[in-house]
Amino acid sequence: MKNLLLASASIAVMAASATAEEVRVYNWSDYIDEALLEKFEADTGIKLIYDVFDSNELLETKMLAGGSGYDVVVPSGTFLQRQITAGAFQKLDMSKLPNMANMWDVVSSRTEQYDPDNAYSINYMWGTTGIGVNIGKVKEALGDDAPIDSLELVLNPDNMAKLADCGVHMLDAPAEMIPMALKYIGEDPDSQDPDVIAKVEPVLTAVRPYIQKFHSSEYINALANGDICVAIGWSGDILQARDRAAEADNGVEIAYHAAKEGAQMWFDQMAIPADAPNPDAAHTFLNFIMDAQNMADASNYVYYANGNLASQPLLEEDVIGDPAIYPDAATLENLFTTSPYAPKVQRVVTRMWTKIKSGT
Amino acid sequence: MRRFALIAVPYLWLLALFLVPFLIVMKISLSDIALAIPPYTPKLDLTGGWDAVTSFFKALDFENFEFLTSDDLYWKAYLSSFKIALISTVLALLIGYPIAYSMARAAPEWRPTLLMLVILPFWTSFLIRVYAWMGILSNEGLLNQFLLWTGLISEPLTILNTNTAVYIGIVYTYLPFMILPIYSTLEKMDDSLLEAAEDLGCSRTSAFWLITVPLSKTGIIAGCFLVFIPTLGEFVIPSLLGGSQTLMIGKVLWEEFFNNRDWPVASAVAIILLLILIIPIILFQRNEQKQREMEG
Repeated sequence: MKNLLLASASIAVMAASATAEEVRVYNWSDYIDEALLEKFEADTGIKLIYDVFDSNELLETKMLAGGSGYDVVVPSGTFLQRQITAGAFQKLDMSKLPNMANMWDVVSSRTEQYDPDNAYSINYMWGTTGIGVNIGKVKEALGDDAPIDSLELVLNPDNMAKLADCGVHMLDAPAEMIPMALKYIGEDPDSQDPDVIAKVEPVLTAVRPYIQKFHSSEYINALANGDICVAIGWSGDILQARDRAAEADNGVEIAYHAAKEGAQMWFDQMAIPADAPNPDAAHTFLNFIMDAQNMADASNYVYYANGNLASQPLLEEDVIGDPAIYPDAATLENLFTTSPYAPKVQRVVTRMWTKIKSGT
Repeated sequence: MRRFALIAVPYLWLLALFLVPFLIVMKISLSDIALAIPPYTPKLDLTGGWDAVTSFFKALDFENFEFLTSDDLYWKAYLSSFKIALISTVLALLIGYPIAYSMARAAPEWRPTLLMLVILPFWTSFLIRVYAWMGILSNEGLLNQFLLWTGLISEPLTILNTNTAVYIGIVYTYLPFMILPIYSTLEKMDDSLLEAAEDLGCSRTSAFWLITVPLSKTGIIAGCFLVFIPTLGEFVIPSLLGGSQTLMIGKVLWEEFFNNRDWPVASAVAIILLLILIIPIILFQRNEQKQREMEG
């Protein structure tokens, strides 16, 4: 009788674990070392279902529609803030996250702007928005003293006219391009005032004829293949282009610079949706990611900086030692962050962006 | 009773898959944007009883439709979509009719093979076929390489990311929808009518215009609708093959939904698109019915 009870109890436990022990993660594409996913399953015995997306807008639409079925999602700072306000996320249970002690205050003090007290999210990766150049081609067009680390390169029509023939791409993301143009004309890049934002329209319209394409991912290949000579893009993406060109050994030399006038710093944060089916497993996943070795493996693989101080001794020299990934203290001071636009301002921004791109 | 049940099936289908979704979208288009899940207000709360329902209806208004008239972006996008859909439909008809005609005139043992060849592209995903056109039309693509090789051009043509690429993509994608209905009417046509026309001294060209074309009218109309309607709201082809100057309502709707997070305005754009499509269809059907009554 006792044996029977034990047996049935263990069956019940097994049944419970079979249904409860899984976690569904929704992360950016090409953003993790897949070996880590296998390691997570081996370490914890939790089944991991891993899906990817490629735009914050797509993720936000799923979050605001509700019932996404995901346990962990990875929005960027301003998107995270808006979704917290909408009630899309649950507060983290710190008692289940002992690895929180590994986090880096330089990053967590900045992410508090989006998530006060970091109550809802942990930092996964962060980076900057800057300028990628094909050094050979740009020097050919503008001479040896081309301002490759300055916004003058991409927002001064005189320079752009000379670069147009070799190809310039810009991000199709007004939330990145408008703060950059505001910085260039000496305004507050985080301005929420429609009248101030309107000042960048003539700036961007003046260089519009010389821009081949507005796109948020094609520039990686285009830079690496030498099809274009300048791209405004995200740090890790341009570094990927640099490494692809170096591997292909095709004579293309790419460099990335955060503009010396000041560049936007962004954060991708992991959070747990309010209606997550498996919040416990989600916490286990977050704690696993915050492990120093695991986080170091992830950064060594994707070439983005992370918000984990304990992982830094474990990073490869070409990651921690590269100022394009881990900027020095002076550059770090020069980086700025932005906050989300209110719906009315967002509409002005989207409308202006359409006008800049299409002329309508 | 049995007849009633037979009619009820398609009507239930329309009710469940057309009218109910339409009313839901209509309801959202009358709401206001909100930072919540879901991102609009008010929400219908049936547990609140009659008071909740009346206050819900009081909160609805036509503000979003008024907003659409305040910015020239929207009517320009509708107009430009209309133009692109119209030109694409005419092009598809000009290319599709001769193909359908020669298929119907081919030896009967060949027809199943030819029909198969028209349907064959559907075996590959639509998205992959549009991506393939990116490879064909780009500056370093197959088309430019071929033209450079033949010496017809000395500089690569810029086709990708222009409206020309959008027309090529749409006509290519929707051509089978034009060919198939025209082919099916032409195939059923009674050849003795043409013989009679010849006996009465009608030339082959005028017999084609006086007999073949009018008899294939239903096929032409069905084909034109099948091409025009999906093209008007097309999103994938203009966003992959078109440039930033390509203005189409599908893209505007996407921006309202994803970039502005404004579901109410996005719904209003969708409702107007639907009305633009439905009104000509209803007028056309009325006209058909009248004609049939006059003939009958």
